Amino acid sequence: MQDFRYLEDVATLVLDEQKCIGCGLCTEVCPHAVFEMQENNARIVDFNACMECGACVSNCPADAISVSPGVG
Amino acid sequence: MKILPMAIRSDNSTQNPFQKKGPGLSTNNVQLMPSMNMPGLTCATEETRPMAAYDRPGYELCRYVAHFMETDAGPVPVIRPDLDKKDRLSTIAVRCGIRRDKYLVSPGLYGIGSPDPDSDVLVTANYKLTFDHLRSALEGISAWILVLDTRGVNVWCAAGKKIFSTQELVNRIQAVSLEKVVAHKRVIVPQLGATGVSARQVKVQSGFRVVYGPVRAWDIPAFLTKGKKADKSMRQVTFTLFERFVLTPVELHGALKISGIAALVLFVLSGIGPGIFSFHGAWERGLVSLSALVIGLISGAVLTPVLLPFIPSKKFAFKGILMGSVCVLLLLPVIWDRIGSMAGAAALIIFTVMVSSHLAMNFTGATPFTSPSGVEKEMKQYIPVQVTGILVSAGLWIYSAF
Ligand code: SF4
Ligand code: SF4
Repeated sequence: MQDFRYLEDVATLVLDEQKCIGCGLCTEVCPHAVFEMQENNARIVDFNACMECGACVSNCPADAISVSPGVG
Repeated sequence: MKILPMAIRSDNSTQNPFQKKGPGLSTNNVQLMPSMNMPGLTCATEETRPMAAYDRPGYELCRYVAHFMETDAGPVPVIRPDLDKKDRLSTIAVRCGIRRDKYLVSPGLYGIGSPDPDSDVLVTANYKLTFDHLRSALEGISAWILVLDTRGVNVWCAAGKKIFSTQELVNRIQAVSLEKVVAHKRVIVPQLGATGVSARQVKVQSGFRVVYGPVRAWDIPAFLTKGKKADKSMRQVTFTLFERFVLTPVELHGALKISGIAALVLFVLSGIGPGIFSFHGAWERGLVSLSALVIGLISGAVLTPVLLPFIPSKKFAFKGILMGSVCVLLLLPVIWDRIGSMAGAAALIIFTVMVSSHLAMNFTGATPFTSPSGVEKEMKQYIPVQVTGILVSAGLWIYSAF
């Protein structure tokens, strides 16, 4: 999906790296490879690819991720 | 078992013995029961169907059911992986927006191939296109298919609307007594369903572990043979030329109603002129403005979606402006003689470009990569531009008649 990039710096994705327990589920469910596991922790590696679908949010067992489209 | 109302049956009216007319029913040779095998009557040949045991009055078996298999949770329909001609025709009809509603499959458990208690369970939506897509990808594979009730909506859209949900999955697992059919405790959920599903909640509420399968159904065989691991490419959505192309009829369909209204307004505006209102003008100039509308439609709802990655800019509204400009410049020479003035030409150019821009922006709703926050930002910026543009072009168009 590198051919398709949408507006930059608008996504409302937030990852709380302190809360992350390193399960890796977010890297599995994200359809745009926004996350990567680094040293047993999730990191946002492609913030602008996020389409705010919320798949990572509903599956993170540690409530470490949030997206809030339509706010602000 | 997918079952249809009796009214849909059309093949057995000739088998009704009471409809038989002719010599058999004459008064001097009363034979009211032809089924009693009286001589002189031609009876319909008997029909033996392998699945007669599964007949239920008022229901009809679905064409894609090959046979039934008995499980500890009752009979489960085993479906065919191949699509027949009718499936393919319906697919085209659905794609064209001719029939978008009620194209669904009964929710529940199905089998494909020859599944056993160790076979995997693939979860899917009850939109018939999704279901057909999945079964045709499973040629040669034995598995269970758990169809959720997503009200005829595909997995991704249903997950976004939270009807492909944790609750529906848990309820469906219980409703079909999945634990009696399989010996393991895992279900494979399409990755695009993840938006509506919480793997942890499913585990807590049903005991089944959710494994996220690949985005695309045709990667499932590879996914299964690779020990249920999806590589990066299986995890990412695509938006190929073909995927964009099949969306365009729906885009056009969606724009149809508003375009009809717009066309009426165009004819009325075109009639305004020196003589207050002229029907001749309405017709002549109306047709010219209609061509601008049609070009705007094609540009915004067909060409921009199809050529999406090749048009510069990230903003869809601006892509629409660029595409619309190119299209209207190609149109102008054709209708130049009928426009009559620079003001008229300017009106048509602005109008086409704005129609194209608006429809292109509308397409953000159909893509798999636009974030709602981005779309909101774009709309705040471009809706005022589009509205102003349309009003200015209407003013110029009326002015150009004088
Ligand atoms: S919201 Fe969707 S696109 Fe964004 S990071 Fe989460 S899973 Fe990926
Ligand atoms: S899903 Fe949550 S806990 Fe698991 S790796 Fe991602 S951020 Fe960390």
